[in-house]
Amino acid sequence: MAQMQSKSRRVNTNRMIIAVSTLAALFGLVMLVWILSDVAIKGMGAINWAFFTELPAPPGEEGGGLANAIVGTLILTVVAAVIAIPFGVMAGTYLAEFGSTTKLGAATRYVADILVSAPSIVIGMFVYLVVVAPSGNFSGMAGAIALAIIMIPVVTRTTEEMLRLVSKEMREAALALGAPYYKMMFGVIYRAAATGMMTGIMLAVARVSGETAPLLFTALNSPYWMESLNEPMANLTVTLFNYAMSPYEDWQTMAWGAAFVITAAILILTVTSRLLLMKRKRT
Amino acid sequence: MSTDTSPPIRTRLHKPTLAPSPALGTEPLDVGKAKISVRGLSFFYDGKQALFDNTLDIGEGKVTAFIGPSGCGKSTHIRTYNRMYDLYKGQEAKGEILLDGKNIVGPGTSSLDLRHRVGMIFQKPTPFPMTVFDNVAYGLRLRGKMAKSELEGRVEEALKGAALWEQAKDALHHMGTDLSGGQQQRLCIARAIAVEPEVILMDEPCSALDPIATGKIEELIDGFRDRFTIVIVTHNMQQAARVSDYTAFFYMGKLVEFGDTETIFTMPKQEQTEAYITGRFG
Repeated sequence: MAQMQSKSRRVNTNRMIIAVSTLAALFGLVMLVWILSDVAIKGMGAINWAFFTELPAPPGEEGGGLANAIVGTLILTVVAAVIAIPFGVMAGTYLAEFGSTTKLGAATRYVADILVSAPSIVIGMFVYLVVVAPSGNFSGMAGAIALAIIMIPVVTRTTEEMLRLVSKEMREAALALGAPYYKMMFGVIYRAAATGMMTGIMLAVARVSGETAPLLFTALNSPYWMESLNEPMANLTVTLFNYAMSPYEDWQTMAWGAAFVITAAILILTVTSRLLLMKRKRT
Repeated sequence: MSTDTSPPIRTRLHKPTLAPSPALGTEPLDVGKAKISVRGLSFFYDGKQALFDNTLDIGEGKVTAFIGPSGCGKSTHIRTYNRMYDLYKGQEAKGEILLDGKNIVGPGTSSLDLRHRVGMIFQKPTPFPMTVFDNVAYGLRLRGKMAKSELEGRVEEALKGAALWEQAKDALHHMGTDLSGGQQQRLCIARAIAVEPEVILMDEPCSALDPIATGKIEELIDGFRDRFTIVIVTHNMQQAARVSDYTAFFYMGKLVEFGDTETIFTMPKQEQTEAYITGRFG
């Protein structure tokens, strides 16, 4: 009898926990769908040809677009990636191939892990102090450097993980054919790890393309087309921040448009990289 | 690690007699012309000794099988022949391994040159993430530029040599990783023989394969006799009996018995060898 009771209690507890956790999952899902649909519905209203081709209009004036901010964000992200990928890939290679047991390896891994979770505004402050303050002006280059600093540890750690996934036998097989170490790395190991490394890079790009805080201190923003990397540079996230906080209704609409474009771009990047990773796991 | 806490293998012995190795201090068995002469080979992992004074000759153009229970040192032994252990810190070989009379242990031998002469096949098929053609051409390309027609000829020849040409000729530009397990292993064999090594080391080449794929690999090994010197590590005693001319039995890092395969399997001199081949331990 006591056993029966405890059994029914177990079953009831089980049901309750399942119900509560299902509710929690639904709650999370509802919030996500709400945010995404709100951004999509309000954002699509702002999207038109002019949004992608024209400069911002002064408040109250009809039309205008965020062409400079879109191009600015693209430039910032590409320059950041160009800086971060070589550093990240090389550091990851060091960690995976030579830094397993060394103190430098352990220290690098530790610092990279801290940097991955460092608040991005701190990195913005750092670049402000090191680059912006000495040069005396906000610049696109400073923005790209801040984004690169955020990317480097992500690329480093995924490169390391992906290289470690390549089997010992694969390395030995290449070396057993008489390949020198560097030819084994470039000809076989990077190739074997390529999809995973690409995924890491794309996730890092997705992460920085939504960053606002580090750009506030570095690239700032601009209502004009950029002429070089040495001047403040328009970008979507800071524009979104400024426009959303502004009292003008048409600017607020523009902000929704910016939010939609950023979200869509990051979504596409993330989904693509996940698909790539899935494909890699199958083979 | 569970392997560290498990009782030493000796306790699983049916009759724990450790006779002194007959190879010690005596002349190694005459195997005809020796391709590899091992003299007093010892091996250390971070100072921990794994091989004890192994001495034997590997006959040129012969198939030599290494048998013994897991952890007995047969893989460690074979991996000294192409200095695979160079890759890892803390691994060290002492003694002499003479390849055509020239010592390959210690400084003075380039492991790259050595590996051009001594190829290796691993337990797990290791096709590189590239096409079938590029897999086979990998070793050839490492050895310098070659006319396209010659390269194609040698890839075809190697694939034929590994009995893979019929299946692979229409799939040369498919990924090597898309082949079946047995085909992948034959691809690795094609890759190894494409560069015409003198010696081929095989470290349990069939243990990941089904019986049919295993049979095909054994046929290949049979056909390689005289063309290559083959050393094969195997857990499968029938396989050793089927393919090899000579068999070496290792136990706890020592070479317990070495002889022609028929003698080892019918009239072993050491009690341990008999216990192992009759399946009483190992």
